[in-house]
Amino acid sequence: MRAFAYTRPTSIAEAVALLDRHGPEARLLAGGTDLIIRLRDGSLVPEVVIDLKRIAELQPGIREIDRRLVISATTVMTDIAADPRVAMHFRALAEAAAVVGSVQIRNRATLGGNVCNASPAADTAPALLVHEAIAVTAGPAGSRRIPIDELFVRSGVTTLGRGELVTAIELPIPAGRVGSVHLRRTRRRGHDLASVTLACAIDTAGVTRLAYGSVGPRPVVAVDATGLLADRTATPEAKAELLERMFADASPSPRSMRASPEYRLAMLRVLGLRGLDIAIERLAAAEGGR
Amino acid sequence: MNGMIPIQVIVNGRARTIEVAAHHTLLEVLRDDLQLTGTKECCLVGECGACTVRLDGRIVDSCLVLAVEADGGEVTTVEGLAPDGGLTRLQGSFLDEGGVQCGFCIPGQVMAADDLLRRVPSPSVAEIQDGLAGNLCRCGCYGQITAAVLAAAKADQR
Repeated sequence: MRAFAYTRPTSIAEAVALLDRHGPEARLLAGGTDLIIRLRDGSLVPEVVIDLKRIAELQPGIREIDRRLVISATTVMTDIAADPRVAMHFRALAEAAAVVGSVQIRNRATLGGNVCNASPAADTAPALLVHEAIAVTAGPAGSRRIPIDELFVRSGVTTLGRGELVTAIELPIPAGRVGSVHLRRTRRRGHDLASVTLACAIDTAGVTRLAYGSVGPRPVVAVDATGLLADRTATPEAKAELLERMFADASPSPRSMRASPEYRLAMLRVLGLRGLDIAIERLAAAEGGR
Repeated sequence: MNGMIPIQVIVNGRARTIEVAAHHTLLEVLRDDLQLTGTKECCLVGECGACTVRLDGRIVDSCLVLAVEADGGEVTTVEGLAPDGGLTRLQGSFLDEGGVQCGFCIPGQVMAADDLLRRVPSPSVAEIQDGLAGNLCRCGCYGQITAAVLAAAKADQR
């Protein structure tokens, strides 16, 4: 690994100033499970690495504030997967966090890192999209609140500006019940990157949010407000036709070694119908449990 | 902070103050500076688990942690599991069940299994498979390793 200067700011303001000063020559270090691999293989050679873990305002944690669940950017997957409030209101996210990497990786990988690396295969991305998450940022011009759908551009690229970092992910706690699920296909069970990811959330008004990843340059969300996908009496054929339109933005790379485009698109359709069934079932169970 | 950085870390119960390079991983410092070579270097991308250690109560791949990140922390390596020269019940089960063939992955497997049993004292086979999913064994001893974890859990229940 090439040498770099290591900095350990103690405030967000200090981190923002460092990031602003060094621009592309600086990289943020949270969990390090992606960064350290890229430092070692030489695909990133920053002059400065800014470790965010000693900033008091950025300590890991999940808090409920004004009907929003606020997850600090440095919160690791293990803690998100184990949080009862996440499991109750945002089950797709809990399930996604629980399948990231291995125990060792989940103990280290952060939500902020997963989001900001903007991998098309990021496990938490589809869940955050269907749960309508907001990325809270800090930057030289102050704080912004960016809907997660407006953050992703393509692999490794976000709409964050120079000197800007994500401090937290906010999830609006829905007023009514929601049934949600996260599904994925991997080459092998256990520790693997996803070949296809999908999250689905259905609310009591019959609105269905479907998000999918690893089938194009960025994760995509599509919304069905007609009620058809949420209708348990609608035929799979009718749903498949609508799903086809919602999957229009899927464009898997033919160069990926994990899976062929044909396989990914075929599995996306399978996961779409399966996700709808599970979300409908969970919504019904939640309503029955009132 | 350029050059060498002093860090304080408790390794296997012993407080150490050492100087580390910012770009050296915890794995490198454990093996090369502290001569704790039980922790193995293998894939260096967080897939094989051979470098698993416990850091502040949680297992991590030490190839994906900078040594400076452990400053102020507490590290347990495979050498720190049992008193000098001895074996934990779990380590003994690995031997009894034939879980050790070439042995290279075993320190990582034992660290992950030890962590699992701390969290889940009586794991199911599925829980063992999930708990050890981050540890690869190229000899293919997964069946024996699973049996070893089950046997250790059973022995602990007595």
